[in-house]
Amino acid sequence: MKYNIVDDLWYTEKHEWARREGNTAVIGLSDYAQDKLGEIVFVELPEIGAEVEAGKGSAVIESVKAVTDLYAPIDGTVVEVNEELIDRPEAINSDPYGAGWVYKIEIKDEGQLSALMDRQAYEKYVIGEEEK
Amino acid sequence: MRKSKALLFEMSHAGRQGYSLPSCDVPEKPVDELLPRKLQRCEPLDLPELSEGEIIRHYTGLSTRNFGVDTGFYPLGSCTMKYNPKINEEAAVLPGFAYLHPCQPEETTQGALELLYNMEQDLIELTGMDRFTLQPAAGAHGELTGLMVIQAYHRQRGDYKRNKVLIPLSAHGTNPATVSMTGCEVIQVPGDERGLVDLKALKAVIDGTISALMLTNPSTLGLFEEEIEAIAKAVHEAGGLLYYDGANMNANMGYTRPGDMGFDVVHLNIHKTLSTPHGGGGPGGGPVGVKECLIPFLPVPLIDKKGEGFCFNYDLPESIGKVHSFYGNFGVIIKAYTYMRMMGAEGLKQASTDAVLNANYLMNLLKKTYHLPYDRTCKHEFVLSARREKKKGAGAGDIAKALLDRGFHPPTVYFPLIVEEALMIEPTETETKETLDAFAGAMEDIAKEINEDAEKVIHGPYHTVVGRLDEVRAARNPILRWNKEQQL
Amino acid sequence: MGGKHYLPLTDQDRREMLAAIGVGSVEDLFSDIPAAVRLKNNLNLPPAMSESEVIGHLNNLASKNRHFQNSVSFLGAGIYDHFIPSIIKHVTGRSEFYTAYTPYQPEVSQGVLQAIFEYQTMICQLTGMDVSNASMYDGGTAVAEGAIMGCGATRRSKVIVSRSVNPYYRAVLRSYFHSRGLTLEEIPLKGGHTDRAALEKTLGDDVATVVLQQPNFFGLVEDMEGVADLIHGHKAVFVVSADPISLPLLQTPAEYGADIVVGEGQGLGVAVSFGGPVLGIIAARDKFVRQMPGRIAGETVDSEGNRGFVLTLQTREQHIRREKAASNICSNEALIALAASVYMAAMGPQGMREVAGQCLQKAAYAREKITALDGYATVFPGINFKEFAVTVPGDSAELNRKLIEKNILGGVDLAVFYPELKNTMLFAVTEKRTREEIDTLVRELEGWK
Repeated sequence: MKYNIVDDLWYTEKHEWARREGNTAVIGLSDYAQDKLGEIVFVELPEIGAEVEAGKGSAVIESVKAVTDLYAPIDGTVVEVNEELIDRPEAINSDPYGAGWVYKIEIKDEGQLSALMDRQAYEKYVIGEEEK
Repeated sequence: MRKSKALLFEMSHAGRQGYSLPSCDVPEKPVDELLPRKLQRCEPLDLPELSEGEIIRHYTGLSTRNFGVDTGFYPLGSCTMKYNPKINEEAAVLPGFAYLHPCQPEETTQGALELLYNMEQDLIELTGMDRFTLQPAAGAHGELTGLMVIQAYHRQRGDYKRNKVLIPLSAHGTNPATVSMTGCEVIQVPGDERGLVDLKALKAVIDGTISALMLTNPSTLGLFEEEIEAIAKAVHEAGGLLYYDGANMNANMGYTRPGDMGFDVVHLNIHKTLSTPHGGGGPGGGPVGVKECLIPFLPVPLIDKKGEGFCFNYDLPESIGKVHSFYGNFGVIIKAYTYMRMMGAEGLKQASTDAVLNANYLMNLLKKTYHLPYDRTCKHEFVLSARREKKKGAGAGDIAKALLDRGFHPPTVYFPLIVEEALMIEPTETETKETLDAFAGAMEDIAKEINEDAEKVIHGPYHTVVGRLDEVRAARNPILRWNKEQQL
Repeated sequence: MGGKHYLPLTDQDRREMLAAIGVGSVEDLFSDIPAAVRLKNNLNLPPAMSESEVIGHLNNLASKNRHFQNSVSFLGAGIYDHFIPSIIKHVTGRSEFYTAYTPYQPEVSQGVLQAIFEYQTMICQLTGMDVSNASMYDGGTAVAEGAIMGCGATRRSKVIVSRSVNPYYRAVLRSYFHSRGLTLEEIPLKGGHTDRAALEKTLGDDVATVVLQQPNFFGLVEDMEGVADLIHGHKAVFVVSADPISLPLLQTPAEYGADIVVGEGQGLGVAVSFGGPVLGIIAARDKFVRQMPGRIAGETVDSEGNRGFVLTLQTREQHIRREKAASNICSNEALIALAASVYMAAMGPQGMREVAGQCLQKAAYAREKITALDGYATVFPGINFKEFAVTVPGDSAELNRKLIEKNILGGVDLAVFYPELKNTMLFAVTEKRTREEIDTLVRELEGWK
């Protein structure tokens, strides 16, 4: 597989990931998504305290010639944002599951998380996307 | 040898001067007396200081680092980069036009009003509409004006629920952006396998909340919407209006008119279809024509005939108001008017004929080498896909750079969005068969090079004044002005 | 047939090309147009003309107009008879510039891109702002887009504008706002200036943008002290419409705390052309760059490390962000911005200060002479830059008709925009007016009625 897809994350069909940390979840963009976008030049972060809703735009990721919304994988309240991305948006390209995390939310509904794709399901999904 | 060019600011020498002004011949008062100190500028004015000769050399140097239609073939799809007749330039600078103040009394501007009036009549005939405003300064400005007129029409009828505008997926980006500027919502209309509007899908999204359908015909794929009558009927029956984006009007002159196709509003890009130069990005002109029922909503003033003369008409109580401080890009309108008068009806039709012939000829040459996703008779332009080349390592953007090395301006790339690795090619009628043959030769040569050594192609261009520029760096760390402190 | 010299295909070419395509005639290429919408007859347009005929026709039309070369102009209202250095037309007449499209391919567009970068720099130097775009259509559309930038930055939808802002610009602002469903409120005048108390009263935490003009429509220099604090106290955005010709002399918008500067750049070496094409200026503080509409050129390097320029931050724009773009603007006024750049480069700091200084002196001289006449008086006491309003002893339109007989294009009739200002005129006196021309105007005014 060309793309790095890791364990212990939950993935969406729009290629976001969520990692559970206690009662919070860290949100980011998958390796597949960063590859398709190309070199990322700007990230518009949500405000701390903002309510995000599953499937709705919560942050904006820009490359030179494309803009994409980062849709919230689950409902929640933003408790922390990755301010490093303001100066180093390329962290999403180089380390999408680590230094390239985007924001952290307080989980509202546990069930929403486990309804997302796990590693195996997402791998299958990406293969399907590639064949389109 | 590649070299960057000094900026004006880096050439500046304190004490040099590039101007000559007469001395002040009225009795002067101390500045502080006329303008209290606290209202005066303290910040130094850091403009460059240069002699006239240095400035001319600077800009002459810059001009040699630029490619225009006068430099070579410029088949930029949807931009109609036809030859810009030189007589146009002379017409616009006649003192009676160039030195005319917009607030002069009407009786002192009769010649200008007559020209604007004549131009309106010519555009009415060309498009089959009932009246025009010449105020919009560009195509996108025309779109905004047209949609404002449509919204005003619905509102005047008490029809406040119409807040959706239908747009095909292949539309220019200005269409959806304009819709947002009028507070409406964009509804995407998918295309079918022929590359045309999917009539069934269109009907499925039409309801009583539709304000308008915006359409380019021929479409951005260069294909004529054959079902235009049925499309118009469906939109009209639901109480919506039809907006014609005139970006591709160069295919239609003398053959078909938006007014006859059922469109209620049309904008023309006179800097495309009517030969006025694009100025490196502008000025353009985007006159908007409407059907009878929409005339009351046009911007003020209209230009009316009054007895033997002409006058401004501000008496339009339902008007959307003004979209330009004055009467639009008058200087550009003069050029378009000059062109229409030079061409006449037959000349304009021949222009469209040759534009379509050139496009089909070139399409036939190129489809032997490149993938043509919609293989049917095209109008003034066509779209190739470089997906096969991309798989070998070099895509549409790389082909564009390779064309630069061969002396051609590239086509529009990565647009329309519905074609992967799109190359959108519009040769226009002012190009010779020899030029088209040479361009096709260059394209074949590039395809061959990609087969042999794609790596070489992705690092081009090699023969331009600068190499491939780092757009990522420009966007990540924007340097948008020169600063003394930041000199390289 | 007209225009043959622009159409190179010969009948022989056409035959060969049709054969290559594999169709019998050009008609076959148009068979996809349904018969019902095919044009049955030829277009009914005036007959084609030759080059000499068309120039004759246009000369005939042009000669019916009064203009700055056969009349002396005191007209202003945003468009002025300023000096245009000869060098400008020689630069803008280089067809590598004027026959180019928007610089999408930077490697062959370094000329235009570098010129835009230099333009942006000079507009920043003039206004004191951090960033400028590559141009807007004109002053009116720049004001509208500047106000909208404030809405984008604050996520609020109410804008307040002073009645001392050019009424043409306010008309454009109104159309843009009405269509978008945004709210617009006007601040009344007090002695020809923005009524500060009314501004304070209208300002609230729902206000996105406040638009003022400096010098204002009546040529008056407004006192901007404390205005920025007032506006920023409500977290609103302060937009100033400024006359670039005044800026070498007047406090810059940056100095009095403006966030965004807009304006009409026609004074910077651009022909008046009946009001278009002219130049919309828009410049702002760094933090508003993502709300900025239109093209912006930025510096970068090429594959060998050479400095070069590209269009940048394009994700703001319509071709990428589509319905979420900051604006729909695509074509702008690039060639006019080039003219303005050449003007600023040629005039330099000294020349621009001299132009501003002469405007100030000559307008003051004319105002003093005119208001000393019987029946003529200053409408609004205050500090004027290059324009001033006076009451005249009778109907302004009638006075203008009389002045035209003497080859003078008199002032703008203010009653057209401000019904309460009957029999008043706005005179503009630029550096181009000579003492003799001003004295002639004064004599003619004196002799009237």
